[in-house]
Amino acid sequence: MTELTLAKAITTGLADALEADDRVVLLGEDIGKLGGVFRVTDGLQERFGIDRVVDTPLAEAGIIGTAVGLAYRGFRPVCELQFDGFVFPGFDQVVTQVAKMRYRTQGAVKMPITIRVPFGGGIGSVEHHSESPEAYFAHTPGLRVVACSSPQDAYSMIRQAVESDDPVVFFEPKRRYWSKGEVVTDVSAVPSLDRARVVVPGTDVTLVTYGPLVQTAVDAALAAEDDGVSIEVIDLRSLAPLDEDAIVDSVQKTGRIVIAHEAARFGGIGAEIAAMVTERCFDRLTAPPLRVTGHDIPYPPSELEDHYLPDLDRMLDGVDRVMGVRV
Amino acid sequence: MSATNDRFATSAGLSAATVQVLTEDGRFEPTDAAAEYLPYLDSLTDDDFRRFYRDMVVVRGFDTEATNLQRQGQLALWPPSSGQEAAQVGSAYAAKPQDTIFPSYREHVVATIRGVDPLDIIRVMRGVTNSGWDPTDPKNGNVRVYTLVLGTQALHATGYAMGVKFDGKAGTGSAQSDEAVIVYFGDGASSEGDVSEAFVFAGSYQTPQVFFLQNNQWAISVPVKTQSRTPLYLRSSGFGIPGVQVDGNDVLASYAVTAKQLDEARAGHGPSLIEAVTYRMGAHTTSDDPTRYRTSDEDEHWRGRDPIARMRAFLTGRGVGGEWFDAIDEEAADYSADIRRRTLELVAPAAELIFDHVYSEPHAGMAEQRAWLERYERSFEADVPAGSTTSTQGGAA
Repeated sequence: MTELTLAKAITTGLADALEADDRVVLLGEDIGKLGGVFRVTDGLQERFGIDRVVDTPLAEAGIIGTAVGLAYRGFRPVCELQFDGFVFPGFDQVVTQVAKMRYRTQGAVKMPITIRVPFGGGIGSVEHHSESPEAYFAHTPGLRVVACSSPQDAYSMIRQAVESDDPVVFFEPKRRYWSKGEVVTDVSAVPSLDRARVVVPGTDVTLVTYGPLVQTAVDAALAAEDDGVSIEVIDLRSLAPLDEDAIVDSVQKTGRIVIAHEAARFGGIGAEIAAMVTERCFDRLTAPPLRVTGHDIPYPPSELEDHYLPDLDRMLDGVDRVMGVRV
Repeated sequence: MSATNDRFATSAGLSAATVQVLTEDGRFEPTDAAAEYLPYLDSLTDDDFRRFYRDMVVVRGFDTEATNLQRQGQLALWPPSSGQEAAQVGSAYAAKPQDTIFPSYREHVVATIRGVDPLDIIRVMRGVTNSGWDPTDPKNGNVRVYTLVLGTQALHATGYAMGVKFDGKAGTGSAQSDEAVIVYFGDGASSEGDVSEAFVFAGSYQTPQVFFLQNNQWAISVPVKTQSRTPLYLRSSGFGIPGVQVDGNDVLASYAVTAKQLDEARAGHGPSLIEAVTYRMGAHTTSDDPTRYRTSDEDEHWRGRDPIARMRAFLTGRGVGGEWFDAIDEEAADYSADIRRRTLELVAPAAELIFDHVYSEPHAGMAEQRAWLERYERSFEADVPAGSTTSTQGGAA
């Protein structure tokens, strides 16, 4: 067991994946000598060579599109897209090609491609560097969409993503890159990639979130304890497919649910979960499902991002409302 | 043609730089530009020439039959390849068995030459499958599946070619094992960003590949002049990739140029672009109406440049008699009749198959939707017996 930052846990996971399978190749902008803009691939090109850790031209469709060709050839490409706001030039290749190739070819051609996307706000950056585009991808059948929240999950999930025969859009909570935690590199006992995890058990309210807000939710649960409210925090880990049973099991116990994410509310992951819980737990609900999310606006200038981002107080406000304490 | 399009006037036709081997009336009179490619014709025999002609005629027959099948409601759509046979036959025969083909969606001639069953193309266009053949099955000649989102396949080909290079399968000097990749796209697709990005990546990594651009003059209704102010073969030079223009209605020139460029690619000399100047004699697809944007004069002009007529004249000049041509026509008719018969026998796959192969393993949500659909659809079957008053399997499931 080693203590690692979340970023270093991914670095370690990628290194171990490169070591374990010589068909794994990394593609991305500045991932070689620089080690990526967040240094997640630091040292990997030096260790594995320029044909395994490939500095690409600055073209996201090119990165994803050539990864499709490499996958056709039997490689297992891992693409790094620098920021959440820069995924869209590659979006067409992801949605029309990566996601559909297995289906289109009736299983003959698999696309074991991992697409890494640092996402979310809270780092005081400029426009297009703080977004949460996960719902666009989660809406697309054929993709697995996951978000890690801790160094251990960062390590385990990147290993599982690279090993998956399905394409995985792998969201990394960039403002948690430097948070530390113990990491075990034996992944034989870790939960599968499509399973949610109960991070804090509780009995009064189910608080569902993922990525950067998991730590916020854990803090909220601790704070609520002082007020005598028991929050069960669920880290979704997989946004698509969704681990519905884990959420339903919790709501059957608590009768209340708050869903939190940084992404805008309309058509978001929270809307899907609220609908699903309403369909499956209607009789058990003692309050309407409630979403604590970003507003339905473009991501604001960073000096104002605190007004946009759900934080601990907004989560507790949501918990109070489903508890009937506030309206 | 509108004034707007005229502003972009460039010659869509041929120039002194164009590689041509056969004149329009089928005489063997190579242009100066053809000189460096002529050695590639040396190994061809009269049997090869006949084979080229035979394939052009047979696949045009199939193409015509498929168009008719669409008109008769048997296919959802058909994108005719008529007029582009020489470019496709020549380039397809230039590829070696170990090469990999990334087609767009009009490469019926290329696909069938490489071994794809034409019925598999029909199945796609009838709507019984999204891609008709298994691109990993050796019998399909390394032809990857058709791509309908224009230009995306250029990047797939480039990535694949990067993989060939990573695998050390180009530039070793082995004629048997060195591999190349050829990607087909059109004048319309050449405007897609993916094609430019593919040029960038191919140039940077010096991939073993040929970009084969069939300039058929029209992207549905928009003329090539709107796609490019310069001849398209010049497009790649800014990316550091050499380009060559060939008369795409000349099967021998198409063969020779492609054979040389693929050899260069296999030898590790990097990528190249071939612009084959040809003409889409039919509609873009059966949903199109070319009379709204093309003149009959233009059609007439290109009918005079029909690639099949040119090859027939060449063969006639070499002493091939009318009986042989009649026999080929008969073979084409039989081939089409066989396609028609097999098309009419096609049945839609079972409904529950729509849930297969979305992921490598099914997941709970999808399993539930599959089960629900089955129950829902069975519930109507339960209503079928007239006068039945008891609920049956639909309600019980």
